[in-house]
Amino acid sequence: MDNSVLIKTDELVKIYPMGQTEIWALNHVSLAFQKGEFAGFVGPSGSGKTTLLNIIGSLDSPTKGSAEVLGEKIEKLSHNQAAELRNRHIGFIFQTFNLLPVYTAYENVEFPLLLLRMSPEERKKAVMDALDWVGLADRVKSKPAQLSGGESQRVAIARAVVKKPPIILADEPTANLDAENSHHILKTMERLNRELDTTFLFATHDEKVIQYLRRKITLVDGKVTKDEWMTPKASGE
Amino acid sequence: MLIPKLALRNLLGAGLRTWLNVIVLSLSFFVIVWTQGIYKGMGERAADAMTEVELGGGQYWHENYDPYDPLTLQDAHGKVTGQLRALVDKGLATPVLVVQGTIYPGGRMRNVLLKGIDPSQMIVSLPSRFLQEEGEELSVLIGSRMAKNTGLKKGDSTTLRWRDINGTFDAIDARIVQVMRTSVQTVDTGQLWLPLKRLQEMTGMPGEATLVVVDQKFESPGLIAGWVFKNLDYLLSDLRAMVQSKKVGATFLYVLLLFFAMLAIFNTQVLSIFRRRKEMGTLMAIGLARSKIIQLFTLEGAMHAVLAAVLAAIYGFPLLWYFAVKGWAMPEVVDTMGFALGEKLYSTYSAGLVVGTTFLVLMVTTIVSFLPTRKIAKLKPTDALRGKLS
Repeated sequence: MDNSVLIKTDELVKIYPMGQTEIWALNHVSLAFQKGEFAGFVGPSGSGKTTLLNIIGSLDSPTKGSAEVLGEKIEKLSHNQAAELRNRHIGFIFQTFNLLPVYTAYENVEFPLLLLRMSPEERKKAVMDALDWVGLADRVKSKPAQLSGGESQRVAIARAVVKKPPIILADEPTANLDAENSHHILKTMERLNRELDTTFLFATHDEKVIQYLRRKITLVDGKVTKDEWMTPKASGE
Repeated sequence: MLIPKLALRNLLGAGLRTWLNVIVLSLSFFVIVWTQGIYKGMGERAADAMTEVELGGGQYWHENYDPYDPLTLQDAHGKVTGQLRALVDKGLATPVLVVQGTIYPGGRMRNVLLKGIDPSQMIVSLPSRFLQEEGEELSVLIGSRMAKNTGLKKGDSTTLRWRDINGTFDAIDARIVQVMRTSVQTVDTGQLWLPLKRLQEMTGMPGEATLVVVDQKFESPGLIAGWVFKNLDYLLSDLRAMVQSKKVGATFLYVLLLFFAMLAIFNTQVLSIFRRRKEMGTLMAIGLARSKIIQLFTLEGAMHAVLAAVLAAIYGFPLLWYFAVKGWAMPEVVDTMGFALGEKLYSTYSAGLVVGTTFLVLMVTTIVSFLPTRKIAKLKPTDALRGKLS
């Protein structure tokens, strides 16, 4: 694998058995992503966007073919190895934020660092930096129930970036947000991509997200139908 | 330490749900220690009282003596000689002669056991000194239960009839010189204590006894022909069996309480695993291994027991201390329980009891907490994130 290629899929197939029939969620998908990309999988519901993102994120394994992330073959990883890969190198942002309800914003962001066994001082600095990036340094003590949708998603972004992973995977990150919050979130992510050179991969069908992408991969029925490089129409710059 | 910290944080974060479970479990904790302490105290105090008043350091029984068969009494007596006599002379033992008799309090016939004991003996703390004879009158000592049952009181006289060694009936008027108050029913109910020498003369059994009570410091000299040594383990076995049978009844109560607490925790765990699938998916996505998530949820459940132990200690220690030091006044009806209970019941707690109970509750809670978490082992991260159970 080329040194600058972080993620590579080769003839990736994912089949879900459904009674007597099979559903081909991914049908021979071959793609490569380099460090610092701001790319997205675009397509209608059921086109395989989330499945592809999950396999790249080692949350799922392919039926056939191969997915290589940071030199690790996803299909060969054990549960613990996959957890280790996610913990060290991949950040996730979800449509429904998925914050831990009993923890404060600070504790939610701190959580991945606890697993990395960082010292309390390092943790505190990293958490405050991450919350600062997303503009929520003043909401450290708020619990998810006390945050708005936009604020919750910003906490989720802070949690994804706090360990400075090379890859962040975002599954419909703006689906539950209004236009203003969506743009705010996307600008934050674009800035992180620019400043930290973090690779962002999106699964989305939201036009607002698509405006920010520099690479758009269209999936239809599990197949890549289009892979195009774009000039972002919207930008935080 | 990460998993315990997270578990505690989650548990406390769950708020009222946690505290309701913890309160129920702490009650089980308290009831287990309390009831066990009461029965331990009951057993120990009854054994002490019986040892002090009746059993001494053990007893030599005449080989024909069977306390459960009154018909054996006629032949259950023998001369106190040799080693036994030497023990009595050294003040290390006291003989007791037991024969059957009949009294007629208020004109009603009543079968009794006549027990002769040396009035000057110091082996058991029976108030035998009241039996010092003055003149021809027969002095008799009875217990408060016997007094109540027969309507006799100090200073009363009653006709006493007995059979001598040849089977001949004789009778005499006996005067109650003292009514003793004792918690030991086996020296009270249905019994008349007489001066030993007088009873030996009345029955024609001079120098004879049915049993010989030895001092608590006494170590058995071994076999003595015609006599069988019964140590305290044997003599207290009935009492211990009785305490044990009462413990079983109490055990049922706390097993029931523990069962309810465990049901609540099991229910909480099952609900948690059902409701928190998305959270599990998030934890997996963040990088927590599935085995760690199982540990986390199991520990969350098990920590109910830790919090319950702390809570039980907060309100339980003062209460347990109160029962241990101040005692618990017993109603008169417990006098019929067959125990040497006394007017107050004092609980006895040991470190072993508290540690053992803590360990038991912790172990049961951990098992109950672990059982529902096994589902997590089959949970796929992608299903969990969608809120589905695999």
